[in-house]
Amino acid sequence: MTISNDTAAPQRTSVPGGKKKNSLTAGQKPGWTWIAVLAGALVVAAGITALLGGGAFSWVGWLIIAAVLYVLGMYLVTRVIENARRATDGLWQNLVWAAFLLALIPLISVIWAVVANGLPTLLETPQLLWRDMQGVTGSDDIATQTEGAPLAGGFLHGLVGTLMITLLATVISVPIGLLTSIYLVEYGRGGWFSRAIVFFVDVMTGIPSIVAGLFAFAAVQLVITTFIGDGPRQLQMVKMGLTAAIALSVLMIPVVVRSTEEMLRVVPNELREASYALGVRKWRTIFKVVLPTAMSGIASGVTLSIARVTGETAPILVTAGYIATTNWNPFDGWMTALPVYIYRQLINPTAPAAGDPSAERAWAAALVLIVIVMLLNLIARIVAKAFAPKKTGR
Amino acid sequence: MSKRIDAVDLNVYYGNFRAVEGVNINIEPRSVTAFIGPSGCGKTTFLRTINRMHEVLPGARAEGRLLLDGEDIYAPGVDPVTVRTMVGMVFQRPNPFPTMSIRDNILAGYKLNGTRMSKSTADGIVEKSLRGANLWEEVKDRLDKPGSGLSGGQQQRLCIARSIAVEPDVILMDEPCSALDPISTLAIEDLINELKDNYTVVIVTHNMQQAARVADKTAFFNIAGTGKPGKLIEYDDTSVIFNNPSNKQTEDYVSGRFG
Repeated sequence: MTISNDTAAPQRTSVPGGKKKNSLTAGQKPGWTWIAVLAGALVVAAGITALLGGGAFSWVGWLIIAAVLYVLGMYLVTRVIENARRATDGLWQNLVWAAFLLALIPLISVIWAVVANGLPTLLETPQLLWRDMQGVTGSDDIATQTEGAPLAGGFLHGLVGTLMITLLATVISVPIGLLTSIYLVEYGRGGWFSRAIVFFVDVMTGIPSIVAGLFAFAAVQLVITTFIGDGPRQLQMVKMGLTAAIALSVLMIPVVVRSTEEMLRVVPNELREASYALGVRKWRTIFKVVLPTAMSGIASGVTLSIARVTGETAPILVTAGYIATTNWNPFDGWMTALPVYIYRQLINPTAPAAGDPSAERAWAAALVLIVIVMLLNLIARIVAKAFAPKKTGR
Repeated sequence: MSKRIDAVDLNVYYGNFRAVEGVNINIEPRSVTAFIGPSGCGKTTFLRTINRMHEVLPGARAEGRLLLDGEDIYAPGVDPVTVRTMVGMVFQRPNPFPTMSIRDNILAGYKLNGTRMSKSTADGIVEKSLRGANLWEEVKDRLDKPGSGLSGGQQQRLCIARSIAVEPDVILMDEPCSALDPISTLAIEDLINELKDNYTVVIVTHNMQQAARVADKTAFFNIAGTGKPGKLIEYDDTSVIFNNPSNKQTEDYVSGRFG
């Protein structure tokens, strides 16, 4: 069969319709409906709010009533103009949006509160970042509050404490967590021992952080009284950065195990077999094929687990105490972590009669803490991208 | 470099389930042997026992003797890793290491084992293996690009190059063309014909024309029914299996009257 040339060539035909109404879109509500309904809802809600509130007008009440009226109004309008199916569809769509906005409210409001309260202080006295509370007394704060003297003190010791304790906790938990998950995925093969480990790791995930702190305190105390002595000086040694790091490790290890395990499980078995078929031993296969392939997921999981424990307060307060000076040595002496600093500044202001300067310092510290956690999350994303196996090279 | 393979009363198990029963086969060095048969008849399982890959799966084991140039690879005390350095394997789906470049994929057998070598030795191995797999001309300008960026057929030839880079005696291929288009299949089949000058090649295939094209000898495996073990039904020269088989089951299978 031959195809003649002129049938193969595309024919230019005039497109019918133009301004004529398309019958396929007949019976649909016009595109501006939602604006009209929204405007109506806002106006009616304003009226209702004014009536209910008497003299005072509540903005929050207005928005809530308007939202409810809008969702109902859209449902009724769609039902009248179009049909019940489209109306139900739209109703659920609006409800899903409402749920999303509700979930966003606490997030936005927390960030807003911290930025609004912390940023001005931080911009005004950036010295907070490189000063600690050594020598800062109540009279300094009273001077700040009553005479407008510059804000004294800072939270360098908190930054250092958080940094050292988190670093040490990471150094402890990442090898343990990584090797545990390697055992679970590569060696355990679902035997009773690996099932028991999985069970206890899950239990560990649910441990209240204060219990982790008490555990670390008791464990370190036991070690010190057994090997060094149980005099009052030795008991003083228990509270140090290392003890806090152990407490955080208890919280971190299950997170690392779980995320790493997931990542190792998704490494295709074919890659392991390809490596075995080249005469490569199992441990080399794990370290040179399986781990590099899963590295991006593992790295981001580890970073997220760090971010998760950076904000812990109670276990660090129990295990590392609270001091006013900067201590770089996590193996000797008390340390202050940023969350503990915030807590203490708000609950026990430096000047009980003049709490405002302490509160300002606490808000600034909270902002710095949130920025640190956000940076960690950002790093997790960058690391995940950097380590990800290259997909194409074409 | 090339070794003969003899299986003596080999039984292969998954846990308590006997997947392959009583295989006796003699595979000559420097030849291509094809395993054909319906799905689930144990040809891949048997293939994986030749380099002790079978036992990687939990509960999997083999009984009987499997001789590589007269030496039993299932004798007590034999290290499976040593066996696998002598018997290379190419898998059904191309599986280059995604974290490695083309060059590193070729050198994987050395690098993963921590073998140190000079750059010139490494370059020599890369070029020789890629030429051996008919891939050199296509990738010589992008050796540092990831192996996963190649087409499926090129990836499969990369995997073949990777297994011949460690200079094995035997190369096992588990349906190497089942994921490839006809052009790539032709390239692999040409390659198999060249490989038999130096290696003992054993190939599992579902494609009977392919077996007829590439294999010197063909083994037909069959299974009596679900849950029954697979058996070696007939093993002979390829022309005999396809033109004048002595067993009725073989005749039914190769003539398409199966089942």
